[in-house]
Amino acid sequence: MKTSEAPVFECETGNYHTFCPISCVAWLYQKIEDSFFLVVGTKTCGYFLQNALGVTILAEPRYAMAELEEGDISAQLSDQQELKKICLQIKRDRNPSVIIWIGTCTTEIIKMDLEGIAPKVETCVGIPIIVARANGLDYAFTQGEDTVLAAMTHRCPEYNWCIAKRHKNTTRSIIGDDPNSALIDSKEKLNRPNLVLFGSVPASVASQLNSELKRQSISLSGWLPSQKYIELPSLGEGVFVCGVNPFLSRTATTLMRRRKCQLVGAPFPIGPDGTRAWIDKICSVLNVEPDGLDVREDNIWKTMQDYICLVTGKSVFFMGDNLLEISIARFLIRCGMVVYEVGIPYMDKRYQAAELLLLQHTCKKMKQPMPRIVEKPDNYSQVQRMYEPKPNLAITGMAHANPLEARGIDTKWSVEFTFAQIHGFTNAKSLLELVTRPLRRKNDFVLSSTSLSKQSIK
Amino acid sequence: MKLAYRMYAGPAHIGTLRVASSFRNVHAIMHAPLGDDYFNVMRSTLERERDFTPVTASVVDRHVLARGSQEKVINNISRKDEEQRPDSIVLTPTCTSSILQEDLQNFVDRASLLSESDVIFADVNYYRVNELQAADKTLEQIVRHFSDKACKQCTLDRSVTNTPSANIIGISTLGFHNQHDCRELKRLLRELGISVNQIIPEGGSLEYLKDLPRAWFNTVPYREVGLMTAIYLEKEYGMPYISVTPMGISYTAKFIGQAEKLVNAWFCVFSSKIINYNLYVENQAKFVSQAAWFSKSIDCQNSAGKEAVISGDATHAASITKILVRETGIRVSCSGTYCKHDAEWFNEQVQGLCDEVIITENHTEVGDMIACLEPSAIFGTQTERHIGKRIDTPCGVISSPVHIQNFPPGYRPFLGYEGTNQIADLIYNSFNLGMEDHLLDVFGGHDTKEVSTKSLSTDKSIDWTYEAESQLNKIPGFVRGKIKKNTEVFAKQNDIPEITVDVTYAAKERSNF
Repeated sequence: MKTSEAPVFECETGNYHTFCPISCVAWLYQKIEDSFFLVVGTKTCGYFLQNALGVTILAEPRYAMAELEEGDISAQLSDQQELKKICLQIKRDRNPSVIIWIGTCTTEIIKMDLEGIAPKVETCVGIPIIVARANGLDYAFTQGEDTVLAAMTHRCPEYNWCIAKRHKNTTRSIIGDDPNSALIDSKEKLNRPNLVLFGSVPASVASQLNSELKRQSISLSGWLPSQKYIELPSLGEGVFVCGVNPFLSRTATTLMRRRKCQLVGAPFPIGPDGTRAWIDKICSVLNVEPDGLDVREDNIWKTMQDYICLVTGKSVFFMGDNLLEISIARFLIRCGMVVYEVGIPYMDKRYQAAELLLLQHTCKKMKQPMPRIVEKPDNYSQVQRMYEPKPNLAITGMAHANPLEARGIDTKWSVEFTFAQIHGFTNAKSLLELVTRPLRRKNDFVLSSTSLSKQSIK
Repeated sequence: MKLAYRMYAGPAHIGTLRVASSFRNVHAIMHAPLGDDYFNVMRSTLERERDFTPVTASVVDRHVLARGSQEKVINNISRKDEEQRPDSIVLTPTCTSSILQEDLQNFVDRASLLSESDVIFADVNYYRVNELQAADKTLEQIVRHFSDKACKQCTLDRSVTNTPSANIIGISTLGFHNQHDCRELKRLLRELGISVNQIIPEGGSLEYLKDLPRAWFNTVPYREVGLMTAIYLEKEYGMPYISVTPMGISYTAKFIGQAEKLVNAWFCVFSSKIINYNLYVENQAKFVSQAAWFSKSIDCQNSAGKEAVISGDATHAASITKILVRETGIRVSCSGTYCKHDAEWFNEQVQGLCDEVIITENHTEVGDMIACLEPSAIFGTQTERHIGKRIDTPCGVISSPVHIQNFPPGYRPFLGYEGTNQIADLIYNSFNLGMEDHLLDVFGGHDTKEVSTKSLSTDKSIDWTYEAESQLNKIPGFVRGKIKKNTEVFAKQNDIPEITVDVTYAAKERSNF
């Protein structure tokens, strides 16, 4: 079998289902504790957020809509005045450390100059305002986070020894004896280059990745985004940056071009293989001899043995909607699964280069053909393609999950991968837990009938 | 611009899609950017729909902004036409396309030359109407389109059926308990000896729309969707309609009374017989519906004079207000609706039944009102349920917007005699739950919610560091105990005297499922 093929990319019509990128506010407002997200858009955006994020709305969210009305569209009202009014109200009610304006399709089409208005409103209101254009015209789902982080990059303090020291002192006085601050001012870092990780992960996952690098005696100088806006890491020449998520290509570009940081191009720490390769790469860039990584990876694989028995030999089809597809596919191939197709909204071959290479190696190692990678997929054609080989598992959005289940194809809701903790060695198992859930619940009594679809009962 | 956290009625295109995808073999194409097809997710999850939602997007991206849609919309329409052969394709505008001001009607005209299916442009103004108004408008538009078409082809059947029959108008997908209501309504009509001619839009077929005028009369159970269609059919074909919502005992009786009148109007023509439903109504109220007896029973005595606040769409809020006041003796301190366009009707309906009427689309106003009145129970939408949670007041959900829990697989109509039973349960449970909570608090409260430290500690050899403990406290309560125990077992097995954050991670890595 010929196995060392180079990846082949295809591009379809782009008629696929995904979440609107404004959904990034859902996890970002929880991540950045002192932020407030203001989505400048229409009822459509609000309706999406309200329904997609369901219960989080119950918990007094720190996000809201600036709902555009007919007067805003026809420019009878001054955007600046209106936004100022709303931001003052937010300041009064919540007093956040930063307000993030999310531009939407409508602000794009009516060419509302959010970037131009923001500095003016910022001086009036006295709170930093960041503008991110996370709209459905240009981006898909998780790319929303990319636009926010790219915009936030500009607000990070300049990396400079004197300033960096002073900044550290102020943050320490603010956050007190927070356990994370211990990482920031460990002394050994002084003779090492600075390393900043970018990508939003829950606090516990961040601390797990921190301690993973600490084992290799690499200490971090910060995360983008940080837990609080006022703790953003300093950036500049001589700072190394490394991404933890595959959808952060704009952020990576901004960090390199605008902040002169040096990008560590590594596979992403998803799955034990990915995490290992990720640490390996960081170590090699920072001239550190990795220590005990082999054993650590092996141990993790051992603990997952029960799950791997379940998935080995099973086939999977990614319809594609969140850009995590390549990394998860690579991990699942390593687990012994057969991947038919990897749909993906957008493929940055440079930013994901190391990940693609690892995918290629993994295919070779596991003696699997390279899966076809379909950019901007066409959901209708994908479903037609799926009927023939009938994969054991389709990883897909909610729009298709129930109908596919009714047609006898087990599905896993892809959005869960975005919200679940899947990074690092510690969480490798929860990734498999997600993937095997539909396979484990197989109950022959109820689910054995080949099709429960209404359409096919005629 | 206005600051908004939640909304009651959705945007216009949702209404159009609800009506279009309720019909059988109708496909809707949205002119919208990527991610606006969230409707498919809602239908697939909330309704637990087994089939692919017949809605696709003709995606608006940068290229469309720069050059216009050009052939894209037309190509997408003819592609759907070939792939799925729908009876009709409805081109649905969204907020985006309404600003772009492309001539979608022109696309529709051109596409209908190329495709076999009827192509219709849903003519709704995004910024002027909401989901409910758009649904109403679209349904009328579709009915008008196909009856005009039948008129032209001379296939329109205007001869009334031999036996009494009625159309049910306004049952649609993602409607609040619509499926159950429809079943109950069908049963009610059948027991009255009235057959159902057609149900639209849910499950309706476009080819049979021409037979709509064959029914003796139309019924519109919900004011929000269907009224325009009924008015159109009255104007065009002289069909009378009943717009009374048969919710609660007295209004179900009123509904039946009107049906009686309409049936008799034709019966006089066909035969000299006259039908009388009085006995049926009496028997149903006495034996099938428990609500009348329930409101007389001791149970209900306890809730008499208690206060409630009501909020919802016009139909449900008005009906529930009437039921609470007239049928259960509960005081309604405030009744409100978000259907601003129907404010006049609503005011008229609840006049004299409640102390205050609030008509607003702003949920914070409703929240403030509830907080201020401190009712014993709320009957509202999911939004009010959230408000109730925050101020510890029980809430019964009576109207959209809704969650998946409001699409129960079990039979839960709000209409008809079975509906009265369901509503009685809902009311009684809400008040009782509040009472129970109150008593628990009076007598010392629930169990403590603190983490129990005694789970594994006959010997207290294992200590948790401050950091690990605080990490533990971040874990949701329902799994915290288990994780704590697993970690301690792991520490014991490995002779670890103190649990640090790293130990918790290691324990997680080792644990089996």
